[in-house]
Amino acid sequence: MEQPEQQEVVEQTISANMPKLETHVQAPATDTPRATIFDVQNVSIYYGAFKAVTDVSLPIYENEVTAFIGSSGSGKSTVLRAFNRMNDLVPGARVEGQMTYRGADLYAKEVSPTAVRRRIGMVFQKPNPFPKSIYDNVAYGPRINGERNKAKLDEIVERSLRGAVLWDEVKNRLKQSGLALSGGQAQRLCIARTIAVEPDVVLMDEPASALDPIATLAIEDLIRELKKNYTIVIVTHNMQQATRVSDRTAFYSVLTDSKNDTRTGVLVEHGPTQQIFEDPHDSRTQAYVTGRMG
Amino acid sequence: MTTTSGQPGTVDLREGGGWRRTKNQIATFVMWTAFIATLVPLILVLYTVISKGVTAISWQFLTSNTIPPNVSPLGFGGMGPAIVGTLIITGFAAVIAIPLGVLGAVYINEYGGKGWLANFISFMADVMTGVPSIVMGLFIYTIWVLHFGYSGLAGSFALACLMLPIVIRSTYEMLRLVPNHLREASYALGATKARVTLTVVLPAAVGGIVSGALLAVARAAGETAPLLFTILTVEATNTNLFSGANTALSTQIFTNAQSPFVGGEARAWGSALTLIVIAFILMIAARIVTARFTRYTR
Repeated sequence: MEQPEQQEVVEQTISANMPKLETHVQAPATDTPRATIFDVQNVSIYYGAFKAVTDVSLPIYENEVTAFIGSSGSGKSTVLRAFNRMNDLVPGARVEGQMTYRGADLYAKEVSPTAVRRRIGMVFQKPNPFPKSIYDNVAYGPRINGERNKAKLDEIVERSLRGAVLWDEVKNRLKQSGLALSGGQAQRLCIARTIAVEPDVVLMDEPASALDPIATLAIEDLIRELKKNYTIVIVTHNMQQATRVSDRTAFYSVLTDSKNDTRTGVLVEHGPTQQIFEDPHDSRTQAYVTGRMG
Repeated sequence: MTTTSGQPGTVDLREGGGWRRTKNQIATFVMWTAFIATLVPLILVLYTVISKGVTAISWQFLTSNTIPPNVSPLGFGGMGPAIVGTLIITGFAAVIAIPLGVLGAVYINEYGGKGWLANFISFMADVMTGVPSIVMGLFIYTIWVLHFGYSGLAGSFALACLMLPIVIRSTYEMLRLVPNHLREASYALGATKARVTLTVVLPAAVGGIVSGALLAVARAAGETAPLLFTILTVEATNTNLFSGANTALSTQIFTNAQSPFVGGEARAWGSALTLIVIAFILMIAARIVTARFTRYTR
């Protein structure tokens, strides 16, 4: 498989105020931290007056898969969507606290959400290919970024589809509709579409929850493959999935305030996946990962 | 709970009788009745127009100049000028109303959000839908014809006023149907709002938008009242949209149908059939065009 040139991606800066990244040493996949991609400090996110998640602090490291687990309403998707400012699209959404990407404040006034999203891609829960051909789906991102050269686009489309392990299945029908694919293929098409713009980070919001077990395994294989080139944050309801694909896990829970009848998400603990599942420090994590809920 | 261990032949899988079944039969009957009741006027109108109009249609009828409604039997005079007038007047009305209407709907659905301006435009479009078409004619008569005289352009303005709310409303409904996850997918790739609208939202809705726009065109092509005060029905072809009185099929039907003469009446039926055929051709053309745009939606 042809690898996108990671160095080139890394050295692009999203705007002038972002610092140039020093080259970093590839650390072994142990607890030794790699370069920090996101640093989240005391972040709370509101939808209007509703506080969806409170006081989250955690780092996301380069070329690792970080899994967000926890029950519904614990705010894991909300935090995920704050990383590429998708929450901006929700009227009344507001982020408090500090959230940096490679040292730059994601919520600084001069930061353009579109520039952020070009570097930080997202794969959604429900496969959402455009009602366009397979080719046009993958070429969409490069095209809106100004790529017009047909030969270059052909190359990007092939490389991205190979990267998403979909090329062999669709190479003879690139002109067919992206909606004609099966659920698992459609989701891999969406991943191909995301990596076609050579992002730095890929956010995944329950990418396999609408898929059957075989398609799910294909996506998980793909995630392990992708982390060589990308930093990945994945929200999942499936704890086996978290243990299978992730290096680190963050466990979210719901704080219920019965007096005011409000439910707020909170980050309980985060750490290497093995530690979270085998030696959780918090009793709520223990109850959740052992299936006794929390 | 029904028993699952059961002996063979103990489970009754036949349709149950009684009220449940009767309700189903009543509902089926009502649906069929409604369907036929809708079809009857539709077929009667078509049948009447075709049977009475088809004798009038000839090459001479479609091309020669109009004569005043009088005793002359069929074979004299035709609707050539009116066909030309209808096509250019309605065509230019579409050129004005469709882009404005689509852009208005895009504003309401994509940009305006819940703001007061979007609500106001949406509300005014609904109000305009209910304004009688003759009011549009009088409106253009007052602000345009009184100053610049009768012309096809004035007719186009009046028809455009009529089409605008229909285009806004139908386009808006189509844009609302575009699933939000498509917009999100585009935003997540770093697209700006304009880009999302142009490359994802409008293409996804284009089939419905074209259908709605054509409905408006067909509706406008058949309108008489807005034209009576704006184009002043004449008898010779006027291909200049911008000056001089003009003529249209709908106003010719109006004039001829009022006449007490057999020839005039026959020409009115012929014009009516011509108008229906034009609308029919437009619809088919639209289907072919949108089929090309929407080939990826399934």
